[in-house]
Amino acid sequence: MAAIFSKRNVVIGLIVLAALFPYVARNDYYLHVLTLAFIWMIAVYGLNLLAGFTGYLSLAHAGFFAIGAYALGLLTVKAEMGFWPAFLLAPVITTGIGFLVGIIALRTKEHFFAIYTLCVGYIIYLVIDKWEGLTGGVRGLIGIPAPADIGPISLSTPIAQYYFVLTILLLVILVIYRIIHSLTGKTFIAIRNSEDLALSLGISTIKNKLLSFVLSTFFAGVAGALYASFIRFIGPDIGNLNITFDLLVYMIVGGIGTLSGPIVGTLLIVWLSQNLQFLQDYRMLIFGPLLTLIVIFSPRGIVGFIAGWFTNWKLRRKVNINQAQEQAEEV
Amino acid sequence: MLSLRDVSVQYGNYTAIQNINIEVRSGEIVVLLGANGAGKSTTFRTISGLNKPATGDIFFEGSSICSLTPDKIVKAGIVQCAEDRKLFPEMSVQENLMMGAYVHRRKKKEIKHTLEEVFELFPILHEKRNQAAGSLSGGQQQMLAIGRALMSKPELMLLDEPSIGLAPLIVEQMFESIQQINQDGTTILLAEQNAHAALSIANKGYVYENGNIVVEGSSKELFANEEVRKAYIGA
Repeated sequence: MAAIFSKRNVVIGLIVLAALFPYVARNDYYLHVLTLAFIWMIAVYGLNLLAGFTGYLSLAHAGFFAIGAYALGLLTVKAEMGFWPAFLLAPVITTGIGFLVGIIALRTKEHFFAIYTLCVGYIIYLVIDKWEGLTGGVRGLIGIPAPADIGPISLSTPIAQYYFVLTILLLVILVIYRIIHSLTGKTFIAIRNSEDLALSLGISTIKNKLLSFVLSTFFAGVAGALYASFIRFIGPDIGNLNITFDLLVYMIVGGIGTLSGPIVGTLLIVWLSQNLQFLQDYRMLIFGPLLTLIVIFSPRGIVGFIAGWFTNWKLRRKVNINQAQEQAEEV
Repeated sequence: MLSLRDVSVQYGNYTAIQNINIEVRSGEIVVLLGANGAGKSTTFRTISGLNKPATGDIFFEGSSICSLTPDKIVKAGIVQCAEDRKLFPEMSVQENLMMGAYVHRRKKKEIKHTLEEVFELFPILHEKRNQAAGSLSGGQQQMLAIGRALMSKPELMLLDEPSIGLAPLIVEQMFESIQQINQDGTTILLAEQNAHAALSIANKGYVYENGNIVVEGSSKELFANEEVRKAYIGA
């Protein structure tokens, strides 16, 4: 039984399920919602790398998401660049700005870091909102092109876009997996554990924190660029703090500092939001208590809770087997 | 090898240590004695670069290390075995050790060799290498903390109260291991409250009181010193 649910099989099963979804659901609306959820997941993975694995809670994440989206929008609409060069350049621009912000932000720690990045996020939002000459202000940017065809492969249908975003998401997860299991990832975790301890082992915490910050903005930029090309209209609202808090909720509900948390949290909350549409803004009456309960009873979210339960179950089973063996020997 | 000259450290207005002078020669075991809060840990944090001295200077192998960042100090050859045997609890024993070799991360072969040496010194760590560090007993955690510090191949190791909270038998083993590490060529600066055990393996010692060094001398002299005996050895 346990062999069927090995990590590898579960991962393969989920990928197959995601690949088959368009043929099972046969509903453009569901496809749209799920594609959007995948885009959020990419952003949440970025946030999770910094907040979950390195221990630095950035509240500027939606700002970097918006920078990625606007970079793609401006490059394609105003500079009339081709889609693919713009799509590659947008995360690079986001990362560049992330680097500059990171150099200053990482001189602060803990709640000061959160407050500082909160301000940065708001400033990014204000710049987008007020700089009408460049960004179009509240009117936003329209006419952003969908992903251009790759040779014979057309990316303009909803199904094609679904697969395109899914592919990028899988790539992102693979990259994050490799980072977390590398020495660099271990270094991030060491910094989260104790910065003094990391320092006394000879780890340059400044360099590594900056690396984590820059990587997290890179993923935000990728997600933003995808969002812009998928929705094809962007306004300053995507840089709003509400988006940061949405991303935070996805991360915390799923499991901060876990590899699968962003998927679980985003899917669950997006699904709940869809089903609770009739409640309108009163939905928050459900999300608020849910979030509070999770933070109190399972700080590592749903994934952390299940992982803990599974570890206990394995331990209990081991103890039971040992006891049974001892009894058998006694008999 | 290491010398602290008139080092003072302040936390805000509070002076934690004042005009500290310490000399450690290559190959020695030097012990810092004193009650909690006397300034031993502050001295360690200052040597490893986590605190910066307000006045005075610290020299290692002849050059000042005051302006170096902690990672450069580890690279230079001084490593502090973490206070309170702080580990990375969710990482395995081996992963913890590998983190200790961070400054040598490109020299894979050398790391493997050092890892074998650490396992030889503490066979229990080899036995438990795949277990989470958080599941180890107090003594084993201390061994892991020391082992991890050794992974950086230090010339000078700072050990902050390695015996605290351990059973007497384990303490004895711990001091034997420290002596072994020293004989293998690592100079050791040790902070201890267990003065008897510490002085019996040390070459010399300094006694701290309220951020000042009040007595210093060879182990023999400190053993013979009436005040030290009364205060720290209890005989």
